[in-house]
Formats: sequence, structure tokens, C-alpha cells
Amino acid sequence: MTFAAFDNWWWPFLFILVGGWLATDAWRFLGVYLGDRLSEDSDLLVLVRALATALVAAVIGNLIVFPSGALVDTALALRIGAACAGFVAYICLGRKILVGIVAAEVILLVGMWTS
Amino acid sequence: MLCAVSMPADHASPTPSLSTRRLWYLRGVRAAFSIPGLILASAFIGFAGLAKEAGLTLAQTVFMVGMVWALPAKVVLIGAILSGASLPAAAFAVALSSIRLTPMVVALVPELRGPRTPRWVLYVLSHFVAVTSWVLAMERLRGIPRELRTTYYAGLGSTLVLFNMVVTAIVYLVADSLPPIVSAALFLLTPMYFLTSLWGSARERAGHVAMILGLILGPLLHLVVPGFDLLGAGLIGGGIAFAFHKRAWRRTSA
Repeated sequence: MTFAAFDNWWWPFLFILVGGWLATDAWRFLGVYLGDRLSEDSDLLVLVRALATALVAAVIGNLIVFPSGALVDTALALRIGAACAGFVAYICLGRKILVGIVAAEVILLVGMWTS
Repeated sequence: MLCAVSMPADHASPTPSLSTRRLWYLRGVRAAFSIPGLILASAFIGFAGLAKEAGLTLAQTVFMVGMVWALPAKVVLIGAILSGASLPAAAFAVALSSIRLTPMVVALVPELRGPRTPRWVLYVLSHFVAVTSWVLAMERLRGIPRELRTTYYAGLGSTLVLFNMVVTAIVYLVADSLPPIVSAALFLLTPMYFLTSLWGSARERAGHVAMILGLILGPLLHLVVPGFDLLGAGLIGGGIAFAFHKRAWRRTSA
């Protein structure tokens, strides 16, 4: 039952629908249902947020350490260096997402250019 | 940053006319074309490249943008497709990465709801909830008349989704003709967008602890137990962060 398991046109769409849409909108609908019944600071929500944050962070880490596409040809140290530089710029220069992204891209491009 | 015209928010008034609704819908549309909205579009440029690299067709990629919408969930889904995960395993990983949507919606609903808002409107609008539209909404809804907030958010949310479906389609089509250096720069956009926005959206210190642990554990577990890397990093990193939260809380309250 993998994404490429069946040869018909609709299987990938069903895969996206169940694996993607159902798995995300179910949480959104639950959120509407719970409405203001749950406190934002309850321990259960803190735990849930911590699990979710660590999981998404793991995805980010994998995208940088084991990249796909054109990033495969760059050095691991360059990718980690660029990401760290972008993150430090974000933290130190007013927590602007745009600043973090631009700083990381500049380091990556300079690194690719000079290698 | 553009600021919505401020009016007394809880001012009781009769049902808004159609032209008033249209005006506020369009104001929501305009809010989508703000700095956070454009940064989000840049992350979708990276996503289009990622989806194409994973072997998805144009139709499947655009379909995924519209139906799933939350970018972390889509990146996890692509990751599951790339690693050859079965549908239940993929759905489980995506569901785990999307639990965060529930508390976000829980926080948004009281802001969004007017005195006469039908429930189904809230269920439909909740589909637009993802980091960017949520941050924009939490920041701006306060300055909008209560009975027009759902209209405003419908304009904001639907525009963000549709605009990024178009962006994704265009980038998918031109991705192959890009020079490698440009393409590499695009692939860095998605992780950098998440790295910064995830840090900024953390509500308590435990979120930062969870994020740092996840960043390290993800690649580490990928080497040791591939296939279980995302779930493992989520459970271990999140669990340690929660224990840290409980200890810090006990120390401050003791």
C-alpha cells in the first residue's frame, strides 16, 4: 500500500486524500469541536505541542542533512553552516523570518560559488 | 505592516449587507499579500521542487497543496512517499505532525466566532488554518468587527491557498530549466522557513527544547533506525521537552 503500489490514476490521489487531507483536517475539525472547552495551557496540550514540534524539527533536520534535488551536490558542512548562520541572524537581528532566510541563502550561494 | 481599519470590535449591529461583506472579504484577500504571505509563497517554491523530485505529477502536487494545505504535513507526506511508507504509516506520521493544528484552531475559534456564526462555517474555515494564516489572523482579527471576522478570514485563507496552488504549479513546470545553483537555493527555502517560524511560534520554552532535540535526533535516528526516524524523534524529543516543562514548572511554583 505504498504511494507507487498500484498502477491506476486514482490511487495516488486517494493516498494523498487519506494520508494527507484526512490526517490534517481531522485535527482542524477536532479543534472547532473543542472550541473553547480546552484551556490553551493544559498539560495535555503542552505535551501534544512538544511532540509535534520535535517531529517537525526532525523533518527540518533531515531536509538539511539528507537533502534531495540540487542540494545533494553541496557539502554537508556548508548546508549546516548556512542553516546555523540563518538561524543566528534570525535570533540576533530582530526575529524576522525574512532575515534568517536571506542570511542562510547568502552563505549557501557564496559557498557554492567559491567551491 | 498594513493595519486593518479599526472599529469597535464588539459593537452590536444588524446583519451586514452583501456589499459590506464583499468589502471585508477583499480586505482579507489583500492581507494575504503581506510579508508573511510572500515568505510563505517562497517556501512553496521550495515545496514544488521537493514534490517533483519525489516523482509526483503536477496534478498530484497541486491537489496536495489544496487538500492538505499545512506545509509541515505535506513535507512529512512527501518524506513518507520517498521512503516507501505504506498508507497507514504515512497517515500516522502526517497525523502526528498535524496535532498542532488542534490547539491552533482551539485558540482561533473564539476570536473568529460572531454571535450568529453557524458551526459549519467554522468547520469550513478551519481548513485554511496553517501557521501563516493563523499568525496573520490572531494578529489582525481583533481590529475587525466581530460579525465580519469570518468573512475577512475566508478572504485571507482562500487567497493564500489558491495563490500558493498557482505558485506551486508554475514552479513545478519551470523547475527543470533552472540552473543548479538557483535550484539548490530554492531547496533551502523550506527548511529555513520552518526553522525560523517554528522557533517563533513556540508558546513555551519546552517548544524550543523540543525543536533543538528534534533537529538533532531526526538525522541521528535516520542513520540508526530509518523509517522510524520522524516518529522516534517526535516521541523522544517531545517527551524529554515535556519532562523539562514539568520540572521547570514545579521549580517556579515551589
